[in-house]
Amino acid sequence: MLSVQNLDVAYGPTQILFDVSMEVPANELFCVMGRNGVGKTTLLNAIMGVLRPTGGRVFFEGRDLGKMHPYQRVKAGLAYVPQTRGSFPQLTVLESLKVVVDASDRGDRDAMEDAIELFPRLRKLLGRKAGLLSGGEAAQLAIARALVTKPRLLILDEPTEGIQPSIILEIEDAIANLNSSTGMSILLVEQYMEFALRLAGKHIVLDAGEVVSSGATADLDDARMRELLLL
Amino acid sequence: MDAFLGQVFTGLSVGSVLILIALGLTFTFGQMNVINMAHGEFIMAGAYTAFVLQDLIGTDTSLVVALPVAFVIAGTLGLLLELVLVRRLYGRPLDTLLVTWGVSLMLQQLARDIFGAPNVQVRAPGWLGGSLHLAGATLSYSRIFIIGLVVVSVVGIWVFLTRLPQGARMRAVMQNRQLASCSGLKTHSIDRLTFFIGSGLAGIAGVALTLLGSTGPTLGTNYIVDAFLVVVVGGLGQLRGAVIAAVALGLLNAFVEFSTEASIARVAVFVAIVAFLQFRPQGLFVMKSRALT
Ligand SMILES: Nc1ncnc2c1ncn2[C@@H]1O[C@H](COP(=O)(O)OP(=O)(O)O)[C@@H](O)[C@H]1O
Ligand SMILES: [Mg+2]
Repeated sequence: MLSVQNLDVAYGPTQILFDVSMEVPANELFCVMGRNGVGKTTLLNAIMGVLRPTGGRVFFEGRDLGKMHPYQRVKAGLAYVPQTRGSFPQLTVLESLKVVVDASDRGDRDAMEDAIELFPRLRKLLGRKAGLLSGGEAAQLAIARALVTKPRLLILDEPTEGIQPSIILEIEDAIANLNSSTGMSILLVEQYMEFALRLAGKHIVLDAGEVVSSGATADLDDARMRELLLL
Repeated sequence: MDAFLGQVFTGLSVGSVLILIALGLTFTFGQMNVINMAHGEFIMAGAYTAFVLQDLIGTDTSLVVALPVAFVIAGTLGLLLELVLVRRLYGRPLDTLLVTWGVSLMLQQLARDIFGAPNVQVRAPGWLGGSLHLAGATLSYSRIFIIGLVVVSVVGIWVFLTRLPQGARMRAVMQNRQLASCSGLKTHSIDRLTFFIGSGLAGIAGVALTLLGSTGPTLGTNYIVDAFLVVVVGGLGQLRGAVIAAVALGLLNAFVEFSTEASIARVAVFVAIVAFLQFRPQGLFVMKSRALT
């Protein structure tokens, strides 16, 4: 479904990703793992078109995403929940969802209702400014905002980072649910290893901008995994 | 007392034109992260629109007709600026500043070529001739008209921004452009709409200014600095902030000018603003958010 081929990405003269390739199959929950600073966010930004790769290609459902702008990639069926969980701070929660639904050809009222259903906490916050939400609430809004476009591939960058444990469970459940019940493909960056191992079917591990391990998560050797992921 | 009231009134009418100019400027500022130096020339374009129309259709109706026409003409100039130049320069604020400054000079020269260097006079329509006598002060109908015009425009912008889907999109892009794009908002067409509306407002302001004085090629440059100050003090992309800051600046200008000489008055106003920014460098209100990279 998503095919990343020999991707190189650089910030100015500093190359961050080296020849990264991966295949995310349809209906799969695919996990990108690796220590802090190895280039996971950079990889997602390049897939989404926020960054221009210096080499390699990205295909989605057979289409070369090439030089498409991020909004064209959303139209093609991708959705992105960035690690920063940025918001439109002066828009209310409801306005934040509506503005995205209105701009989407697939999204509609039902999609909005479904997203709120998934995170019932948001229902009480619909009138609140997005800039005033707590970390956990902002994370849920960010996922809901991605879901209202009815994506075929949902890309999540460390959705549970820095969030209180009770909400981590809610978010985990929601993600697992999306994948198993709707068959939505999910590309997940996750540091929290137990979560990744439990949910992900396939994975890659990055180290210093290169793929150092890839395959089915079930085959992963626990010891090797720890060595790759822990400092 | 009557002189005091008159001065408040003068301050309010100038301040209200500043609101229009600054609101437009803050729209495009939110987009480029830098002042559009050609914004002043969109004001000038609006003023000359009123001048041309008064000869074409007569002063009785020309003012009212000039408002929408100036909006479209100035808006289209802004749209062209975005489409041809600014679009290639997003993320390069210094280049953008220089390019828009260049465009500003070109437009001034163009005005000189078409209308001549000396100022021209737009005559106020007869129905705005008189003035209202209130508590001993004289409030001219033209200034009352300007204040009313600005109130209507600000309410219109507010309704547009908060009630219409296009307005919500514009706010989203101004507040977090990258996130907007990653959420599927067609940032490029929203940019164009923002430029059209922001520049169009300058056109309306230009028409209003013809009621306060004469029109010349450098009309806009007289106002662009004050408008910039309003944007900085009010906080980026903030309707509320711009309104409060513009009225405050208009009043401050009028009063300081009233009590001292004009050039000293300017310095006093600058000092007041610098002092204010020491306490609130982000302006009255803030809205930008973290970027993705
Ligand atoms: N905007 C940027 N400019 C320059 N270097 C950056 C930028 N963003 C990230 N980097 C660098 O790129 C590397 C990878 O960062 P990132 O992709 O955020 O890692 P991860 O998400 O795996 O923690 C880091 O060394 C980081 O310092
Ligand atoms: Mg990261």
